[in-house]
Amino acid sequence: MMKLSLGPILWFWSKQAVFDFYAKAAEWPVDTIYLGEAVCSRRRELKPDDWFDLARDLKACGKEVVISTQTLIESEADLRRLRRICDQNEFLVEANDQSAVQVASRHHIPFITGPSMNIYNVATLKVLAKQGLKGWNLPVELGKETLEQLITGLKQEGLDLPAEVFSWGFLPLAWSSRCFTARHYNLPKDNCEFRCLQHPDGMELRSRESQELFRLNGISTLSGSRYDLMRELPEMERLGVSTVRLSPEHQGMEEVVQRFDQVRRGEVPATDPLQLVEAPPCNGYWYGKPGMDLVAS
Amino acid sequence: MELVCPAGSLPALKTAVDNGADAVYIGFRDSTNARQFAGLNFNDKRAAEGIDYAHSRGRRVFCAINTYPQPDGWEQWKAAVDRAAGLGVDAIILADMGLLDYAASRYPDIPRHLSVQGSATSYEALSFYKDNFDIRRAVLPRVLSLDQVRGVAKHSPVELEVFAFGSLCIMAEGRCYLSSYLTDESPNTRGACSPAKAVRWQETPQGLESRLNDVLIDRYGQGESAGYPTLCKGRFEVEGSVYHAIEEPVSLNTLDLLPELQELGISAVKIEGRQRSPAYIADVARTWRQALDNLDRTPGMFTVENDWRNTLSGLSEGGLTTLGAYHRKWK
Repeated sequence: MMKLSLGPILWFWSKQAVFDFYAKAAEWPVDTIYLGEAVCSRRRELKPDDWFDLARDLKACGKEVVISTQTLIESEADLRRLRRICDQNEFLVEANDQSAVQVASRHHIPFITGPSMNIYNVATLKVLAKQGLKGWNLPVELGKETLEQLITGLKQEGLDLPAEVFSWGFLPLAWSSRCFTARHYNLPKDNCEFRCLQHPDGMELRSRESQELFRLNGISTLSGSRYDLMRELPEMERLGVSTVRLSPEHQGMEEVVQRFDQVRRGEVPATDPLQLVEAPPCNGYWYGKPGMDLVAS
Repeated sequence: MELVCPAGSLPALKTAVDNGADAVYIGFRDSTNARQFAGLNFNDKRAAEGIDYAHSRGRRVFCAINTYPQPDGWEQWKAAVDRAAGLGVDAIILADMGLLDYAASRYPDIPRHLSVQGSATSYEALSFYKDNFDIRRAVLPRVLSLDQVRGVAKHSPVELEVFAFGSLCIMAEGRCYLSSYLTDESPNTRGACSPAKAVRWQETPQGLESRLNDVLIDRYGQGESAGYPTLCKGRFEVEGSVYHAIEEPVSLNTLDLLPELQELGISAVKIEGRQRSPAYIADVARTWRQALDNLDRTPGMFTVENDWRNTLSGLSEGGLTTLGAYHRKWK
């Protein structure tokens, strides 16, 4: 049976909100939980030791825990946090850029690559396997055809590298040194007043025709529609996907997890998608179409 | 510092060389490079002519193969590396780890430069590429501030090239999927951002509208000058206000930073714009050649001449330039 994972929280939530979320998640039927700040260096409600404490608690509850690293590494301080994450031997690390691969492999820490690592072919997976790769996420812009070719290619090479697919949530699409939330409030990034805390599921960016295009989330830009591959779970299983990633939201997550769990067990058909925060669903990338498209199956 | 100029055609290449480029970068006529535009770029015959032209004048030619091959494109991308090697280019500019691995093992003697699309923003990332593929040089993403460039340069195991002038990507290059979210092409997959095939212009009672795959990117009132609908430079609505929510249409211009870049030991400055005309390339290359020559002639006394500033402003998006992320207050 495919595993379910909770990706790192991509939004900025208060420390209490994070603890509350994972206290509940400990009871949910997810197999793997990614913990840590993957987006912005200024988001420090939880210190590395807080994350490690949380990681130990969740591990004690039977979850596999992976510590995520920041996606855009820019400063010496970012590198210090990265080294702190890799300076342990209890947990796998989610490497979200080549800096993390370099530091993790130097520390002999096995790692999984997140969806922002550019893995487009088998030769790339072979390179990373030599560095300690234990699993990988399909980049969000790739679809099932490429995934199938990659999994087939890995088999031909005799490499056992489990594939994970971002399957539910707002897609992380871009990272910048600029903060778009601070820009909206006319604040300098270095003095942003942590306005992201007021937007636990980002800020909607719409066209002037009110089409939901993106969600602004600090330095990152996410999709305006919610990616939803629930109906594709049987196909993913057929392709040999190992893990189905769900991206945390502050409301309704339990319902999402339950439904994906029932679908992967074949207890309910992969019928209509769930509707939580008002956002249109999309699945275009899976079908090789524009990501925002919704293809009827 | 070396001046690296773009060439999307043989006339542009010759113009760049004639106007003072130390090196010119080119790409093949397909999606193996990040400037896949109709009618642009080189076939093998043209590339050979261009390389000959540059070499006979003591200049170098780099070939960009800096998109990301998927399994069904692997042979084509690998063949592009073989073609570049066969043509005798002076360096291959690569982003994909698999392709870097191929180039390093198959052609160890041809220098490899890490493309900006490789998205290396720290010296640890540069060390990864150096250790694994023995890259000689890396092009730094345009998201780093000058202080951050200083930090990277201090510990960098490889030569560094930085963007000096041209269109400004404000997202970390190589990891921006905005274009494929709205259209089905991205820089990584097809070498195209906001591809022309998806662009539509329309006069309406509300004004001139630019659309990308039907999504309204911008609408221009009377007297407003309209720009190409690069999706991150449109005007959108956030919480009730309509503004350039991601980025204004401006160009990067780092003339003012030249002395600092030199002091940091940066090896080369790069001009963006293989999609630009030979006339544009001529003006930009000539201006930057003068600036770099001045910098060498008068160490410690460098000032930006008004002439240069005016020329470059006239060639910029909306007539506006910015120091981009190099300037920390940028937001």
